[in-house]
Amino acid sequence: MKWWQFKKRNTDLDRELRSDLELEEEEQRENGVPANEARYAALRAFGNPTLIREQTHATWPWFWLESLARDLRLGLRALRRTPGFTVIAILVMALGIGANVALFTVVRGVLLKPLPFQDPDHLVMLYEWGLHKNDAPDFNVVAPGVYGEWKKQNRSFSDLALAKDSRVGLSGSGGQLPEKLYSALISWDLLRTLGVQPALGRDFTQSDDSPAANGTVLLSWGLWQRRFGGDRSILNQTIYLDAQPYTVIGIMPAWFDFPDPETQLWTAVYHDWPEEWMTSYNNHSFRVVGRLKPGVSAAQGVADLSLISLRIHNAHLGEPVIYRSANSRPMLDDIVGDIKKPLYILLDATCCLLLIACLNVANLLVARAAARRKELAIRAALGGGWLRLMRERLTESLLLSAAGGVLGLVLAAAALAWLQHTRADMSRVESIHIDAAVAAFTVGIIVLCALFSGLIAAFSGSDKSVLSALHEASRSVSGGNAGARLRKVLLTVEVGLTVILLMGAGLLLKSYERLRSADMGCITQNVLTMHLGIPDARYAKGAQRANFFDTLLERVRALPGVDAAGFVTAVPGQGYWGDWTFTIVEHPLLQQGTVPDAIFRWADPKYFNAMGIPILRGRTFDGGKRLDAADEVIVSQSLANQYFPGEDPIGKHLYVAFVHRTAEIGGVVGDTRYSIGEKPLPMMYFPLNAGEETVGTLVIRAGHDVEQYALPVQRIVAAMDSDLPVSDVLTMNQLLGKRTFDQSFNATLLTGFATLSLLLAAVGLFGVMTYIAAQRTTEIGIRIALGAKREDVMRKMLMDGMRPAVLGLVVGLAASLEAGRLMRDLLYEIRPLDPPVFAAVAAVLLASAAFACIIPAWRASRIDPMQALRNE
Amino acid sequence: MTKQAKQSANLLQGTLDMLVLRTLLYGPAHGHQIGKHIQRTTNEFLQMQHGSLYPALHRLEERGWVASKWETAPGGNREFKYYRLTEKGRKQLVVEESQWKQMSEAVARVMWPTPEES
Repeated sequence: MKWWQFKKRNTDLDRELRSDLELEEEEQRENGVPANEARYAALRAFGNPTLIREQTHATWPWFWLESLARDLRLGLRALRRTPGFTVIAILVMALGIGANVALFTVVRGVLLKPLPFQDPDHLVMLYEWGLHKNDAPDFNVVAPGVYGEWKKQNRSFSDLALAKDSRVGLSGSGGQLPEKLYSALISWDLLRTLGVQPALGRDFTQSDDSPAANGTVLLSWGLWQRRFGGDRSILNQTIYLDAQPYTVIGIMPAWFDFPDPETQLWTAVYHDWPEEWMTSYNNHSFRVVGRLKPGVSAAQGVADLSLISLRIHNAHLGEPVIYRSANSRPMLDDIVGDIKKPLYILLDATCCLLLIACLNVANLLVARAAARRKELAIRAALGGGWLRLMRERLTESLLLSAAGGVLGLVLAAAALAWLQHTRADMSRVESIHIDAAVAAFTVGIIVLCALFSGLIAAFSGSDKSVLSALHEASRSVSGGNAGARLRKVLLTVEVGLTVILLMGAGLLLKSYERLRSADMGCITQNVLTMHLGIPDARYAKGAQRANFFDTLLERVRALPGVDAAGFVTAVPGQGYWGDWTFTIVEHPLLQQGTVPDAIFRWADPKYFNAMGIPILRGRTFDGGKRLDAADEVIVSQSLANQYFPGEDPIGKHLYVAFVHRTAEIGGVVGDTRYSIGEKPLPMMYFPLNAGEETVGTLVIRAGHDVEQYALPVQRIVAAMDSDLPVSDVLTMNQLLGKRTFDQSFNATLLTGFATLSLLLAAVGLFGVMTYIAAQRTTEIGIRIALGAKREDVMRKMLMDGMRPAVLGLVVGLAASLEAGRLMRDLLYEIRPLDPPVFAAVAAVLLASAAFACIIPAWRASRIDPMQALRNE
Repeated sequence: MTKQAKQSANLLQGTLDMLVLRTLLYGPAHGHQIGKHIQRTTNEFLQMQHGSLYPALHRLEERGWVASKWETAPGGNREFKYYRLTEKGRKQLVVEESQWKQMSEAVARVMWPTPEES
């Protein structure tokens, strides 16, 4: 029989029973039983038809389906009877499940899915490390010269390829403005190494990747759609990048975003960079992708490359920064390395939240079971099987969590859509989808939640002393103690988890606040920055470059309301940019390996003034010294302290071998942080007037509303050269906010989770207190009638409610010591054990708990004894 | 239900199946007839309610040992659900019969030992 024939079979059985029963009745009548009693006699001889029907049903296959349907019906009916409870439980579950599903989807998409490249297990990222024998292993970007030797000499890799992010200006054409784009410099074989083909057109060939070749470029799908309207005829046409002609040879597929999500076009590195750079062993700037030969492990590959590196290192002992060894890690780690930890911590947080949600629902179910104690006891007394009653309970919690899960999935989908919108910068954000695995995960979570909350509730009611339950229910003096105790235990756990979340959120918030208030070493209010660069090719001579910036700055400063303006390679907080090793001409040569090294910047003389960076000693650049005559350098205080301890650096000379430059120290300025959250490092500033630098950031300072100068300044730039793109127009505050977006994002999310769980815990506490108060109405009534003071009653109730909260607080604080250790990497200048945060969390928690307890306690103390006793 | 009660029910159930199959050996019958027959033949010793037959009948049908059909009772105008033994049921009856024989012989040997053996 198939299950859909159930109905037919049922009517068949009914008919059979009826006809046989009628026959029996007839026979009874024939035997002389009076007509009015024949029916009862027949029933006596026959047995209870309903029971028979049920017993017969049980012999049919698919019986379980029928009983499941009945359980569901019963469950639905029970839930419909208490809509308030149902809605709250479903919402709680939906929040818990939704948060988990959303985060699991992110973790799966970003961290667990294999990279979309051919045979990604054989792909590794390669790095250099170790200037000295005993250095700790590290992951440094690779010098192209070393890469060249690796490629020539290794026997472990079938392919080795280069990639480096960069920025180029795309010239305006066809009425479109020029713009600055994120681009990547890659070796011709990068796509081959990854196993990726352009969606249209062709890949680079080896002959494209040389200085002598014509420029060639691959466009991203997005750029092609946006800028060229998705027109195929762009293939083999020429576009201008930094005023140089490039032929478009292909369009990459939309999903391809290596090395960065922002990359919009790819050019051939050996064509773009001078040969001198590409053969350097010092110029560490590239990410190297390697494809291991079959059967070769990453460790073997690294050992192979390390040998080559050591040979180069030993052959050039005189040169300062040639590393000794190679290192590797899986490509996925390289791509998602910085978001792995926060994601897992957020996932932990959502797990806590889910646990709290489950505990809360279990709590509600326990309360419900206690309220239905009498009903259940009666059913048990009438022969309702224990298993059967338990199954009903589980069906109920399954219904709740299933409804919560469905709603949660909707919430998760909304959250993910929002995430993809706001965090487009996140690596692999495009691979986040709700798919079959996520659906399976959701189902798993639903079942788990149902079992967890349902079993707790079911066992709370599994007290077999039916009689005592009936007694208790008939005379409610101080009933339902077992249920109340269990609920208090659940609450303690809930409060403990909430404390952990609150602690985590508190630490992240405080750390974020510290980060934002970190002294950058410069003015951050009312400063506008914009990125701008002139093409090397069009401005080939130093004089052209120096003149351009002179004129630009002069015109900007002439704008009414502008207090100061300057130009620098990168402003504080904008990043590391680059460093050079140098030697101090006046000092004796140091031992090999201990080479001074500092971040370099090119700046105009008034930059320090514009940014409010104090000149501590000496003076700024002499504006009159231009081109070759501009032979000064200004150093930061930490450079002076580190390399000129106890002597005056002014007048000394630095020699930078990489650019063959000797410069005299003209001044010492205050330290600035190259990146928010990093300690200031030694820095040296060279004069923009030397006509070397072509790209950088223009800074404008004004008394107020500095944003209003964005347009006028862009107009000035356009008037000087209509082909120059201006990008990243940001105030210093916006720039720093962007850099700390991750931290603020994590802190906000965690605070959200913590607030939710605090709310849940408070609601749980309130529920338990109300329940206890209701249970003890009679008891309290008697006490008051006997002369107990209302304040005492209130105090007692309050203490009763606060106990699980205080206990949970202690447990939670202990547990969050461990949780804090887990988070250490995410914290900035704050230890996991931060007393003010501890205190704040404890205060917030106790206040919420007191608030949740006070209303039920107050109500209990207002009980009118007559009313309470009459309720019986 | 206690464990002991459950076991005796199982024993009874197996026996009931056999009795039903044996009754159907005489020819097709409906539930009421089967019940009456067993009651009469055992001289009312098995005081069972007819109703307990139906779960057994449906179980036997599910296993394919009996087949059922709605038919008009001879001489009447009412339809009854008639059960009939299938070939499979006939074989099953042989199996159950021999099992029961072995069982009752074994019980008898313990209860009423023959004098030579003791």
